[in-house]
Amino acid sequence: MAKTPIAFSLNGMERSMFVDPGQNLLDALRRGVGDLSPKYGCAQGTCGTCSVLVDGKLQLACITLAEAVAGSSVTTTAGLADGSELHPLQRSFMDNFAAQCGYCTPGMLMAAKALLDRNPSPQRQDVVEAISGNLCRCTGYEPIIDAILKAAAFMRTRGRP
Amino acid sequence: MTSFEFRREFFADERQGQLNEIGKPTIRQDILGHVTGRSPYYDDHLFDGLLHMRCVRSPHHHARIVSVDFSEAARMEGVRRVVGPDDVPKNLNTLLSLIGFGKEDEPLLTPSKVAYRGEPILAIVAESERQARAAVQAVRVEWEELPHVLDVEEALKPNAPVVNATYPGNTFEYYDKYDHQKLRFGDVEQGFAKADQIVEGSYRMSPIEQAPMETCGAIAVPETNDRIACYTSTQALFFSLATTAKLLDMSSARLHFVGGTVGGGFGGKVDSIVEPMSVLGALLTGAPVKFMWDREEEMQVGAPRGAELWKIKDGIDSRGRIVARSFTGYFDSGAYTRLSSYAVVKATGHLPGPYSIPNVASNVFCVFTNRTPATAMRGFGITGVDFAIECQMDRGARATNMNPIDFRILNAYRDGDMKAHRRLAKNTALIECCQVVADKARWIIGSQSRTQSSLRGGGGEKAHVPATVIDEEGRIGDRRRSDVPTAPHSAGGRKRRLPEGSLRGEDVVAAPPQNPDMLGDAPASDPAASPENGRTLARPRFGPPAEVQVDRPRPRRPQARERPAIPAAPARPSTRRPLRRRTSVSRHVSGFRRR
Amino acid sequence: MIKVDTYRAVAEAEASMDGQSRYMGGGTLVMRDLNYGSYGFERLVRCTDPRLNSVRRDRGRIVIGAGLTMAECAENRDLAFLAAPAMGVGGPAVRNMATVGGNLFAPPPFGDFATAMLALDARVRTAGGEELGIEALLASRRTFRRIVTEIEFLPPPRGGFRFRKVSRVKPKGVSVLSICALLPQSGGRIRGARIAFNGMGATPLRATGSEAALEGRPLDRNGIAPALDAALQGLSPADDELATSWYRRTVAPVYLRRMLLERSHAY
Ligand SMILES: Cc1cc2nc3c(=O)[nH]c(=O)nc-3n(C[C@H](O)[C@H](O)[C@H](O)COP(=O)(O)OP(=O)(O)OC[C@H]3O[C@@H](n4cnc5c(N)ncnc54)[C@H](O)[C@@H]3O)c2cc1C
Ligand code: FES
Ligand code: FES
Repeated sequence: MAKTPIAFSLNGMERSMFVDPGQNLLDALRRGVGDLSPKYGCAQGTCGTCSVLVDGKLQLACITLAEAVAGSSVTTTAGLADGSELHPLQRSFMDNFAAQCGYCTPGMLMAAKALLDRNPSPQRQDVVEAISGNLCRCTGYEPIIDAILKAAAFMRTRGRP
Repeated sequence: MTSFEFRREFFADERQGQLNEIGKPTIRQDILGHVTGRSPYYDDHLFDGLLHMRCVRSPHHHARIVSVDFSEAARMEGVRRVVGPDDVPKNLNTLLSLIGFGKEDEPLLTPSKVAYRGEPILAIVAESERQARAAVQAVRVEWEELPHVLDVEEALKPNAPVVNATYPGNTFEYYDKYDHQKLRFGDVEQGFAKADQIVEGSYRMSPIEQAPMETCGAIAVPETNDRIACYTSTQALFFSLATTAKLLDMSSARLHFVGGTVGGGFGGKVDSIVEPMSVLGALLTGAPVKFMWDREEEMQVGAPRGAELWKIKDGIDSRGRIVARSFTGYFDSGAYTRLSSYAVVKATGHLPGPYSIPNVASNVFCVFTNRTPATAMRGFGITGVDFAIECQMDRGARATNMNPIDFRILNAYRDGDMKAHRRLAKNTALIECCQVVADKARWIIGSQSRTQSSLRGGGGEKAHVPATVIDEEGRIGDRRRSDVPTAPHSAGGRKRRLPEGSLRGEDVVAAPPQNPDMLGDAPASDPAASPENGRTLARPRFGPPAEVQVDRPRPRRPQARERPAIPAAPARPSTRRPLRRRTSVSRHVSGFRRR
Repeated sequence: MIKVDTYRAVAEAEASMDGQSRYMGGGTLVMRDLNYGSYGFERLVRCTDPRLNSVRRDRGRIVIGAGLTMAECAENRDLAFLAAPAMGVGGPAVRNMATVGGNLFAPPPFGDFATAMLALDARVRTAGGEELGIEALLASRRTFRRIVTEIEFLPPPRGGFRFRKVSRVKPKGVSVLSICALLPQSGGRIRGARIAFNGMGATPLRATGSEAALEGRPLDRNGIAPALDAALQGLSPADDELATSWYRRTVAPVYLRRMLLERSHAY
């Protein structure tokens, strides 16, 4: 099977790897480079557990062709914290009970980050829209919406990222 | 967080001082892993040379397998192994065999006849998931479609297709005698005759898929010590381990199960299919093998909460009291038993809901149909029938022109009332719940209802077990011979009347305990607990001795004569184990104490 | 096994297409077929030409590149009237990937944006320079093996373009059906309405009965009554996981009425 070499940046680090033809980015990240933070929930684009940022834009890794990210910069939940300091979204998810089984959490965090990067002062409705492609079966959406709004408020006062 | 109030005034005498955890938020211990994406779900273990397993599945609801040709698939690029029914050492199982309940009825890979759409008949192990999928598509299967049945009532008709060869009557068999689980308490027929009006309702629930965000899956990895490690999404690690050991006919000591971080389960991850499949793959290939359902499989073959149908008949007197209630319940088990047989027992123990009704009868069926097998989901056995009961209560309130909350409070059980399964009600709180709900919803209730309490008005007359009519209708096989009505006491035949105060019909061992130590905490004074083999049963040694452990009277285990068998059916000598006059069911509800 | 070929020039990409090739736009549908192993092609063709994402004006007509994503479309001020159908597609991540070209080929229940294109009477252009009307494209799309590069249409009159998506899942779900209407008026009366439904047949379809019945009528309760009666003419919704044909037939005129009578609309 002919493989394609690609290079891209993952959470700020240069990566290169060989991908299989037709391989999706989720599989390439998890099995190829060992970033296990994006999760498999459906491989259909419907659940959002595999959400990552590609050049700052929210995408679903399961329906992104791996070789299409060559030259791009990819961000996952594994790259959210600043060294040992958690991102305010991570802290807020912890403090506001926004995760139970935690399987949807990395995708939710990425969707939330995509929102706050664009709009630091979201209304509740904006948050609802921003996570509308992410399903959570345990926690319910209220604590998650709450956590994102609180993180946004915190980041506005602290002026972090 | 959603706000909630903690009503300390209720059950205050059950607590010693303040509660330290309840009512206070606690940060989960695994939360750091969740927010950093580092919690280790089963699929977060990487293995070099991992192989992928996928199944060939039935496209039909019901069909005979005429022929299977996998010669092309076996030759395809990347294919390491085709796994067939003959590769499964013990290819027939029922999940609750681990507690000795039910007959083996479900193959891991089906050899001859499929009974639901998506049933697996063959598996392919290949080097990549894509190769496994391609090989699965290349398997040629010739099917002979059979008539199917998808409705529980249809399945009980005499000429309904036989779904599950182990149970040719299309029902689970209770105590080797009846095709349903019975409950008899008092005399419902007499109750209906005396009632002012009869209110009937029928309630249907669809299957519900648990839909965890992580689909079911497992990775099995040969270890160097002749063991197989299995990383799994299971909700029931040891249950899955034992099931795997049994199906693969291997010592459980050779299985090293790793789990605990589950991406949502809700009952849908106890069926223990992915574990034996992946372990079998690893045994046959000597390599790490992953067997994971994709989302379509999770939805199609992942066992849901089963469909239920409940028919309820109430007799209500002129004051609005329910004097008799009968149930005909159907659990759609799908093609195989899984856990529905147990859901039926659980539901029966719950009847007639949190109400004191002097005459109760129920026939509850665990029915096989050509639908996806059903399994556990959040309160299964209870949730569906509670929905039906509460809809029926609203219907009763309308029929009697009563405020629905007043109607509930009037009929609510109270501490000390005898319940239909012959235990005294304790720690009841329906009345208080109704009062609080009425307040919150600004729903006006009668002054009478306001002053009621669960602690008053119970017991006395209502503590007695009434004279009870029992019957023998619905013997296994009856429904194959003729169309037998399903409602309690409707099929005719011999009836008997047990005198007032009889706590049970005769003892039945629903599921004999496998090991004597499972009965460990029985007090020696309980004659029923004295072991046949002459060994004394030791209390499990956890924590301090009982004397210092409790500072209030230790709940007394009910004496043998108080302990009813939920099923009021005659005993039969067990062929498996010496008959023990104890039901495992009673262990769940022990701790009952007269107040 | 699958092969992926990436081209810079779209004409080259198109020239390379054969019966075993499939063009990939945003890939939201192609990739899921690949993931599930259910695809009838051996070769995937990609194109990185940035012109596929352009938006321009040409003699009063608007021309959008087939590679424009739903998110790009929703954010473009010149395309404000298309924000509703573009925002109607999936969640934010899907919209960052899904292209308008791909939507023309998306089978039911998808195709919300294509429905808007049908209402606008759009024309498409292929890499080989061929032009065809949206209806002709939709009718032949199952076997269409060329690459659409551009879609062009006249901007609708202000206030004369409406879109409504009906979904059972909140806040976002795929459509049970969606409706888009171009409602030009003169002197308070409708002239030359185009009404398109998604979910009422194998492709987005026009409700020609309603269009004719609206001609010369005002948008009020009485004015639209005949259009509602004629709404189902020529439409044949299917039973699927989301709804039965009966349900769709029953609710389609209801949603059409609400949309035609709605006072405030985004554009
Ligand atoms: C979770 C999820 C939710 C969705 N929700 C919606 C929704 O609400 N509404 C909706 O309408 N759709 C929805 N979709 C479907 C899909 O995302 C959109 O229809 C999208 O516009 C398809 O575009 P694409 O570029 O991703 O298509 P692709 O997957 O790239 O292609 C789809 C088809 O179109 C063909 N094609 C693509 N571009 C061209 C071109 N330029 N020329 C010729 N052929 C082409 C491809 O060959 C392929 O056959 C959803 C999808 C997902 C995964
Ligand atoms: S796994 Fe990618 S959206 Fe579900
Ligand atoms: S926390 Fe389990 S799915 Fe969201």
